[in-house]
Amino acid sequence: MAAIRIIPCLDVKDGKVVKGVHFENLREAGDPVEHASFYSKENADEIVFLDISATIEGRKTMVDVVKRVSEVVFIPMTVGGGIKSVENIEELLKAGADKISINTSAVRNPELIKEGAKRFGSQCIIVAIDAKRIGKSRWEVYIESGKTPTGLDAVEWAKKVWDLGAGEILLTSIDMDGTQKGYDVELTKAVAESISIPVIASGGAGTLEHMSDVIINGKASAVLLASLLHFRKYTISQIKEFLKSKGIEVR
Amino acid sequence: MTGIINYGAGNIRSVCSSVIACGERVFLIEEGNHFKKANIIILPGVGAFDDGTKVLSLKGIIKPLIEEINNGKPFLGICLGLQMLFSYSEEGDCEGLGIMKGEVKKFTIKNNEIRVPHMAWNRVKLLDIEDPLFFNIGDNQYFYFAHSYYVEPDDSSVVAGRTNYGIEFASFIKKDNIVGVQFHPEKSGDNGIKFLKNFLEGKWQR
Repeated sequence: MAAIRIIPCLDVKDGKVVKGVHFENLREAGDPVEHASFYSKENADEIVFLDISATIEGRKTMVDVVKRVSEVVFIPMTVGGGIKSVENIEELLKAGADKISINTSAVRNPELIKEGAKRFGSQCIIVAIDAKRIGKSRWEVYIESGKTPTGLDAVEWAKKVWDLGAGEILLTSIDMDGTQKGYDVELTKAVAESISIPVIASGGAGTLEHMSDVIINGKASAVLLASLLHFRKYTISQIKEFLKSKGIEVR
Repeated sequence: MTGIINYGAGNIRSVCSSVIACGERVFLIEEGNHFKKANIIILPGVGAFDDGTKVLSLKGIIKPLIEEINNGKPFLGICLGLQMLFSYSEEGDCEGLGIMKGEVKKFTIKNNEIRVPHMAWNRVKLLDIEDPLFFNIGDNQYFYFAHSYYVEPDDSSVVAGRTNYGIEFASFIKKDNIVGVQFHPEKSGDNGIKFLKNFLEGKWQR
């Protein structure tokens, strides 16, 4: 069948990777091309760039980053952060991105999901959902980098975006993100079982068991990893070897 | 030079970059009379069947493309570019190129066994494990897929490779000068580049 994907996520600000790989002998610190090539050689299955630039100039730089990366890195590339319109999506896809990820703008303007999927195909529209637990088996969707509550139920919102044509969901547990105490497996499972598009689990990975847990019990199709990889706690091969030993198909 | 057909859909840049990475020169085919310059034609694919065929038709590309393929020019269709070789798709109402006979079908979700789109790295099982297009790659290797529809040719002898995703679907087809792949070689890392190299070098045709 299909292999479970390991996806490194890199934050980019004004064209430079911030919180990137902590290792020596980089020719240029924070170069997105260098980071993407590194992870591609390490057998990453995809790469995600999250643009955290606050300015219009910074955003324009991202298009250039995408162009440069797509010239030398031949694995799927997703770009998220600050995408507001079909024109933004088109510009990034034309520059060489394979998928785009929308979060706040999907909540503010759900039509963007529909328009994007219709014009470019569902496979390139990822909706990122940041969810916070608000009770037993209930989670609320937050936007604006997890700062603003929306009143939306995460599972219901996932169903809605699936219906609107999203091809994949990038699901982050706000509660677990950064804790390294494990994924919110219950959240991942609740979302994954209510829709038929793939779910990428994010937020909370600290050990290899956390990853196998969210894949086996949370029904995630992929895991998104940042600091765990950047700080070299694990290499992608170590993760894949471990998952394989748990009977999970990896590339 | 390798001509890559530009019908406005998605990932054209990645396809160009990957062909350039193979050491070849590329140009974009934007209209019918551009075909003369191409000794190899690639029809990339991302997007929807109807939108794709509509733009091809508007640009006046369909008729010359069919002629070029029928005249024997090496042709590679990728993903939607493979699907558009067929005359009909469950995805839309527009007519495809009709060069291959058969259907383009949507994956059906049964018992939550599979998720659609099929967005993953998956294996290609070759019918001939020494297929020259997979030289240096081999049988049962991983390639990147991102699709909800798959082709089902009437003539099963054109199927050169299959992939298992709930069902066994044709992920690699080959007939005379025509090659079609459901996976994205331009996004399949080293295996993808090797595949493109093999295709561009043309030994598979001899």
